[in-house]
Amino acid sequence: MSHDFLQMHLKAVISCLLIFLYKVHTTKAGQFFSSGHTNNWAVLVCTSRFWFNYRHVANTLSVYRSVKRLGIPDSHIVLMLADDMACNYRNPKPATVFSHKNMELNVYGDDVEVDYRGYEVTVENFLRVLTGRLPPSTPRSKRLLSDDRSNILIYLTGHGGNGFLKFQDSEEISNMELADAFEQMWQKRRYNELLFIIDTCQGASMYERFYSPNLMALASSQVGEDSLSHQPDLAIGVHLMDKYTFYLLEFLEEVHPASQANMNDLFKVCPQSQCVSTPGHRTDLFQRDPGSVLITDFFGSVRKVEITKDTINLTSPVEPPIQRSGSGDIQIESLTYVDQLPVAEIIHQKPKQKDWHPPDGFILGLWTLILLVFFQTYGIKHLKHIF
Amino acid sequence: CQPHPGSFQEELVIRPLHSGDIYASFQFRTLWDTDFLQEGQKKVSHYRLFPKSLGQVLSKFSVQELHISFTQGFWRTMQWGQPFIPSPPGAELWVWFHDTVSDVDGNWKELTNVLSGIFCASLNFIDMTNTVQPSASFKPLGLGNATDHRFLRYATLPREIVCTENLTPWKKLLPCGSKAGLAVLMKSEKLFHSSFHSQAVHIRPICQQCTSKAWELRQTLNVVFDHYTSGQGKKEWSLFKMFSRTLTEACPLASSSKVYVDITDNPELFELSPATPLLSQAVVLGDRRTYSVYDLTRAETFGQLRSFNLLLRWKGDSGDMLRPLLHAERYVAGFGLQTGEIHTVIYNNHPYRAFPVLLMDSVPWYLQLYIHTLTVTSKSRDNKPSYIHYQPAKDRHRPHLLEMLIQLPPHSMTEVTVQFERALLKWTEYTPDPNHGFYVGSSVVSALVPSMVAMSTNFTQDQPLFSSFVPVKEESSYFVRVYTEPLLVNLPTPDFSMPYNVICLTCTVVAVGYGSFYNLLTRTFQVDEPSPPLAKRLANFIRRIRGVPLLA
Repeated sequence: MSHDFLQMHLKAVISCLLIFLYKVHTTKAGQFFSSGHTNNWAVLVCTSRFWFNYRHVANTLSVYRSVKRLGIPDSHIVLMLADDMACNYRNPKPATVFSHKNMELNVYGDDVEVDYRGYEVTVENFLRVLTGRLPPSTPRSKRLLSDDRSNILIYLTGHGGNGFLKFQDSEEISNMELADAFEQMWQKRRYNELLFIIDTCQGASMYERFYSPNLMALASSQVGEDSLSHQPDLAIGVHLMDKYTFYLLEFLEEVHPASQANMNDLFKVCPQSQCVSTPGHRTDLFQRDPGSVLITDFFGSVRKVEITKDTINLTSPVEPPIQRSGSGDIQIESLTYVDQLPVAEIIHQKPKQKDWHPPDGFILGLWTLILLVFFQTYGIKHLKHIF
Repeated sequence: CQPHPGSFQEELVIRPLHSGDIYASFQFRTLWDTDFLQEGQKKVSHYRLFPKSLGQVLSKFSVQELHISFTQGFWRTMQWGQPFIPSPPGAELWVWFHDTVSDVDGNWKELTNVLSGIFCASLNFIDMTNTVQPSASFKPLGLGNATDHRFLRYATLPREIVCTENLTPWKKLLPCGSKAGLAVLMKSEKLFHSSFHSQAVHIRPICQQCTSKAWELRQTLNVVFDHYTSGQGKKEWSLFKMFSRTLTEACPLASSSKVYVDITDNPELFELSPATPLLSQAVVLGDRRTYSVYDLTRAETFGQLRSFNLLLRWKGDSGDMLRPLLHAERYVAGFGLQTGEIHTVIYNNHPYRAFPVLLMDSVPWYLQLYIHTLTVTSKSRDNKPSYIHYQPAKDRHRPHLLEMLIQLPPHSMTEVTVQFERALLKWTEYTPDPNHGFYVGSSVVSALVPSMVAMSTNFTQDQPLFSSFVPVKEESSYFVRVYTEPLLVNLPTPDFSMPYNVICLTCTVVAVGYGSFYNLLTRTFQVDEPSPPLAKRLANFIRRIRGVPLLA
């Protein structure tokens, strides 16, 4: 009896201690790690080609602009634009992409780095970027070098349908492929949390098949509905933006790096009265409550700073090697420039004989020999079969 | 503390053209006295003026010379004269590797991928199907005695688009970035609204007084503004009108920062303000030109307002400019989607001198050239080239390479024609927009053109950058490279909706044909009595009760 009492008492003490420790943990260091991510990445894809799909490029560039403004650097953004609208010959104002009619906001700007452009935007390249299975010579700016503590924002726009998204008018990606790619990313620990936004017709069908944890998805329209474009500009001659991304841009322009706006505000962007289509979202795979997820967790790159008052000893600097100037012990080669058009040298350049061909007449002689041997062995009477 | 071995110079040359257009050429040169490729020396890790991204690329791939250019538009030689640095439309990359490299192709492949990341361009599309090894063109522009063409690779992407995303990393390679010096003028909205825009990076080893070797990085940007589209029709230009900016200071890291304005045709052509006492004469492209020089390292250039703005106003109608001595054109002749003929026309406008030119053509494998139909005619007579190098194409492996050394008679037109047949590609090899057509890269015509004025052969530090790009070996001629137009050729394109159509048609035929046949064979018929009307049923019911036979 006393033994049980002692055990119970011990358990109570231990649990009290644990609760006390947990409280201490959440005060300082706990707040530091409450969101769970240490770096942010963004993959922004526009999948449409041709001048009349100007609005898809403008959509992607508006999200790019917001994401850059809120702090994610170019090295952490993979921007894929399937066609060039800014320097297109049909653009009356070159090097600009506008999101507003009357040319109010140039989302292209002066400082833009597009990683995949033109014909490089294919389903294969997109899936390779997501899963990290790229050829070894791919440069860093074209890779998604995320780890298990990265929050990734993925934005897709273009023409889509029930269960697929069209790439460049020649191929499609299906919702199952996308879901499998995310599962590969999860199994390879390539993300901590992922926010997926899609602005296409019947966009909600693209996130129906997701099954990996920590995914949150938003779409501009439900299955069976079309996403509509916002407004045309008569000077440029095409529609400039899609309705959903237009209101999303308007919402993001209000967000600043220290803003406390959360995902529930994002879900309210572009209700049916403004968008005509019904935007949808999916949060069942997401572990945290959307109300506690900040917009800047995905769109910004908020870095937490820990201030310390301790002194840190740096290692002593490495002495650079003394540069030997002049050509002391280096062999003095004749430093001359080469003749740009050495006519005499070119004319007398011997052509390289790569393939060896037998001398002329050799084949003929060889066949004559073979025939002679044949007739000698078997007799001349077979000659009549030839002639 | 040792003085850092290196310097940075920047200059802007403005050449007003007779038609009212204006040609501006920026050149930024970074010199660095070091050797990336030298064995035994510790790896270079301290970069000051030279950009680290390019330095690491050079040392990793053992590159001796690198020339890359991105161009939007075509240079009209007949209207604008010869450019300081010629470049073909699209992207062009040619590289000389060091002779210690064992696998040149592997290095080339990785180099193109790395450069595509640095310059945000699709250079990764350069592979063996569009790379050639010219045997006589593209000799090194820098030091070196490497004449083995195994180490040279040349590729061009005529379809490549140039836009702000290529200008942004290019500007970041400059020591001052786009914050100070001449680079503040580079605003993309103005630069791309022009008739011609070309930005290039040239890296080569050069010699300083030819006692020591140094690496030279030249970044050039050539732009031609059209007075109708950018100038609102007025033949009047100022720095503010061209670039929407004025200059406020020179780059602090630059040892020299100058603006040159070509006033050779003055005062009849235009008037220039503010006036400057500094004049400079230079022999460039075979002509002696006079330039007004504005030195931006001196504070008095900026005046009281601390801003420097040039103003050029054209006076009346001026005459025509001097005709360029060498000019080339190219076009496709023929009709239909099976065969065609490529015509390259080279003009020699010199009144009495003949000179040889080297023509290099690189045609993709899907235009199958019939070299037995190659003809070279000058003044309607056959002109046999003194050197021909032809490497036939291998389907899906390498393109055609044709190099010819042709002697151009004076004051003549030489025409080179070759017939070709268009190949049918596999359906996965077509681009997403195949009806646009397929591009064939520009032909390159290299020549040593006899010069009217003696060229200077010694290189000094003080020589302006625009006249010291190509090394001059003899005084009587200057080296020029002319690029022709790229060709746009339509290949026979299949109808990509046909697989869908075939499936629909076949399924319909199978369903209707086989289905009916199956029914005919396996269906059995049974006689089925219709149910009798109500009255009859009632009558039958009563009859059954009565036990009387039923009605029919």
